[in-house]
Amino acid sequence: MIPAPFEYLRAHDVAHALDLLREHGDEAKLLAGGHSLLPMMKLRLARPTVLIDIAELADLDYVRVDGDTLAVGALATHARVGEAELVRAEAPLIAHSASLIGDPQVRHRGTIGGSLAHADPAADLPMAVLAAGATLVLEGPAGRREVDADDFFTGFFTTALEPDEILVEIRLPRRAGEPWGYEKFVRRSNDWAIVGVATVAGRVALANMGSAPLRAAETERALAAGAGIDAAAELAAENTDPVSDLHADPAYRRHLARVLVARALSSAPG
Amino acid sequence: MQPRGSILGTRVQRVEDPQLLTRGGVYTDDLVDDALASAVHVSFVRSPIAHARITSIDLTALRAAPGFVAAFTAEDLALPGARPMLATIDERFTRPILAAGTVRYVGEPVAIVVTEGYYQAEDVGELVDIEYDPLPPVVDPLAAGRDEVLLFPDVGTNTVCEFLPEHRDEQLFENCEVVVSSEIVNQRVAPAPLETRAAAASWGSDDRLTMWLPNQGAQTSQRALAALLGLDISRLRIVTPDVGGAFGAKFGADPEHAAVAWVARELARPARWSEQRYDNMLAMTHGRAQLQTVTIGGDRDGKLRAYRLDVVQDCGAYPAIGALLPSLTRMMAPGTYRFERVESAARCVVTNTTPIGAYRGAGRPEATAAVERAVDLFAAEIGMDPADVRRRNLLPAFAEPQENGSGALYDSGDYPAALELALSAAGYDDLRREQAERRERGDVRLLGIGLASYVEITGGGDEAGAPSENALIEVHPDGTATILTGTSPHGQGHATAWAMLASDELGIPIELITVRHGDTDLVPEGGGTGGSRSLQQGGAAVQQAARELADIARLRAADMLEANPDDLRIDRDRAAITVAGSPHVAVTLAELAGVERLFVRTVFTAPGATFPFGAHVAVVEVDTETGRPTLLRLISVDDAGVVLNPLLADGQRHGGLAQGAAQALFEEMVYDDDGNPLTATFADYAFPSAAELPMFQLETMETPTTYNPLGAKGLGEAGTIGSTPAVQNAVIDAVAHLGVRHIDMPTTSRRIWEAIQTATTNAEGRL
Repeated sequence: MIPAPFEYLRAHDVAHALDLLREHGDEAKLLAGGHSLLPMMKLRLARPTVLIDIAELADLDYVRVDGDTLAVGALATHARVGEAELVRAEAPLIAHSASLIGDPQVRHRGTIGGSLAHADPAADLPMAVLAAGATLVLEGPAGRREVDADDFFTGFFTTALEPDEILVEIRLPRRAGEPWGYEKFVRRSNDWAIVGVATVAGRVALANMGSAPLRAAETERALAAGAGIDAAAELAAENTDPVSDLHADPAYRRHLARVLVARALSSAPG
Repeated sequence: MQPRGSILGTRVQRVEDPQLLTRGGVYTDDLVDDALASAVHVSFVRSPIAHARITSIDLTALRAAPGFVAAFTAEDLALPGARPMLATIDERFTRPILAAGTVRYVGEPVAIVVTEGYYQAEDVGELVDIEYDPLPPVVDPLAAGRDEVLLFPDVGTNTVCEFLPEHRDEQLFENCEVVVSSEIVNQRVAPAPLETRAAAASWGSDDRLTMWLPNQGAQTSQRALAALLGLDISRLRIVTPDVGGAFGAKFGADPEHAAVAWVARELARPARWSEQRYDNMLAMTHGRAQLQTVTIGGDRDGKLRAYRLDVVQDCGAYPAIGALLPSLTRMMAPGTYRFERVESAARCVVTNTTPIGAYRGAGRPEATAAVERAVDLFAAEIGMDPADVRRRNLLPAFAEPQENGSGALYDSGDYPAALELALSAAGYDDLRREQAERRERGDVRLLGIGLASYVEITGGGDEAGAPSENALIEVHPDGTATILTGTSPHGQGHATAWAMLASDELGIPIELITVRHGDTDLVPEGGGTGGSRSLQQGGAAVQQAARELADIARLRAADMLEANPDDLRIDRDRAAITVAGSPHVAVTLAELAGVERLFVRTVFTAPGATFPFGAHVAVVEVDTETGRPTLLRLISVDDAGVVLNPLLADGQRHGGLAQGAAQALFEEMVYDDDGNPLTATFADYAFPSAAELPMFQLETMETPTTYNPLGAKGLGEAGTIGSTPAVQNAVIDAVAHLGVRHIDMPTTSRRIWEAIQTATTNAEGRL
């Protein structure tokens, strides 16, 4: 549980971080809060030879309103995202999601950008930004580009990020006052979801029901067509391919998805 | 009742906490000592395969690695290993220090890597090239019992030992109207102490070893380590620094400890070892791991008549303490009940898994879990309230020792009173009403109420005889005092408790008393802390020493004051000896110590083990749509005789209740069929945090024992003994009306949901 040897570099700003990424290629990993990467390195499941520490890039730690979107800097910690009045008012689903991650220590180190780039299919924020209809801003050598959350998560721990790109901002539609629902089925409060559900504005996203966070498309279609909650929730597990692990087999996960989608849709506190 | 003015029985704050919480305890890995300057770091390369022959070990690639000092395999060591703890067990089950020829579990040490730096160890260890020729593994103890795959082909069987009744009574259930039987898994759990295993070893110029070892008793570790190293105990000094949790798994010495001592000697350099968490989960002994078959019989009116418990104990790959624990399980099999006939048997087998050792309760929780589940099964079968079945069958209150029909002599107890107290504190009838209402209105969240009545054995003697412990008290000329104890705290609060006892007798303020332990040069004898023995033996020894010291002080004061010793009293307000009726004529203990050293060493011996008891009630909510259980309340009555310090007692109870509830709901060390551990990190091994547990409701009940002057029985393990079946019973009770009779632990959401599905399907099938 001691990482393999690596070189540690600290970036001064985004441009510097991009230079370092270009220089070290896919040998390098970006280090933000480190709460996903470091445990994997300690178990030697990840063995980057270079760590580029971006945790002190203060220009990526912000929450601000930008027209009809709420812009969150990639280095905003879960604690900040969970507690900031602006996020709680304009994107309460995201604030709630961030406030459930791990434990207080994790939430004060872990960052929203780190969590999304890590793309654990069982994690809170990937599912939440998918439900929220977020747009992710990536910066690379050629400048910035925007990717919908729907296109960002491409598979098991993989994303649309190129090796020389950094996720710099998460742009969330402002949804003050819109009903939302969130269900996280865990054994212990600090666990990853066995199954998770996030819903807002007719969008329904699932965690840990496949290799990436995904939308319950059939449920959304049924809702759009005017179906009741129970009927729509019955379709929540259509086209999913959940894993089997210690906590649940696919049949139980599909059952949980249906129950939790119904609950998330019913609760949807305004 | 204590005399007026005594501090005994009061909530004295823990004197050890400021150090542990603010200035930092000194754990073995933190030690700074001249004797450890330039110490090398020892680490172990462990088997990644459950069962295999080692065909080659190549160490050549290591030698050029940064920080490499040395590497060793079994061939280098030439140490005999850890022999089985029972003379009746075949010696060929001996556990080697390093695997020789065959590995038998994932995590078994195969090679030692020694490096200059701690962080280099893992890099160097990766370069060890070991080739394995896999053998078929056997993980399931029932399969192991069939001897199709043998861990020790020379022995010819996986069965290590058996504990059998003198004759099997085929008519055990003859006159019973109802007989119920079930298989129950008492699952394997990991002790997971905050501080993993560690050691620091230094050989002196006199060829004597000083070994710092975080453990439950320096003296027992000294004996165990001497045996592993083949040395006389006079060559070993064991020192116990602060210990970050033990839970039964830090008794004696493990093969790794012997290896560290051996490396230090071989290299003529001090050596340190600090185990990583992953290694700890694989290679520290695990606990429990029993497969049980309970059969219980009685009449439709609720009378219990006969009970049989059959145990298959999974010992892991080598028979350690785990092979002995079923004898305690058998001894406590009937629990608090009055059966006409009780029979039990146990068979201990080796499997390709981590060896089993003691774990908080060690053999007794398994007995309680079995009988408490059996009673609930019986109650469900005859359709009687489980509280009423217990009321009908509990042993009545007794003050004189009585046999339990299974080899134990219960010292004193009032099991019905404990049950009634727990039931009334819980508001049992109201809970049953609420349960019925929820069921009636089709509530998704059902209520389950679980009971457990328990009795356990604490402070038992060893093969050497009656349980005993020593203490030494010395009063110094400056008015301070030192206590030396053969017990060994690792969280319990001995420094507070022992100082209270001495202060109460001698009048020396607690803050002037230092409690020392855990150094075999300072305290050569001692039984350490385990089996909930400390207060009833170590504490009783301290009180006895203080009384004897007061007697000596009176005799000396008589000379000095030219008074008749019979006229002299100890004045506890001044820590002085005074003449009765003339309190101005006095000599303080400090003054006496200034004339001549004033100390007493004494040994307290108890007539036997004590049997604390109690009753727990758990209230659980089960979400029938998801299966999710939530522990809402846990009410405990833990009667451990007279309580010395309720604050310390409450701490022991809280920790025990949490650990016991954790086994019922959360924890399990899981292996796949190939013997790969699936729960070797804290992300996967699900012990709960405070967020998963309610505030516990502790009720007070004190039934004294006559086995020591304190009237105290053991309390450290009680919480784990009653709470596990109470919580498990509550989970099953929540869904019992659906036809569910049993769910194995941990009662996870998935298992509960599956049990509901099965019961519902069965019910539909019957329609």
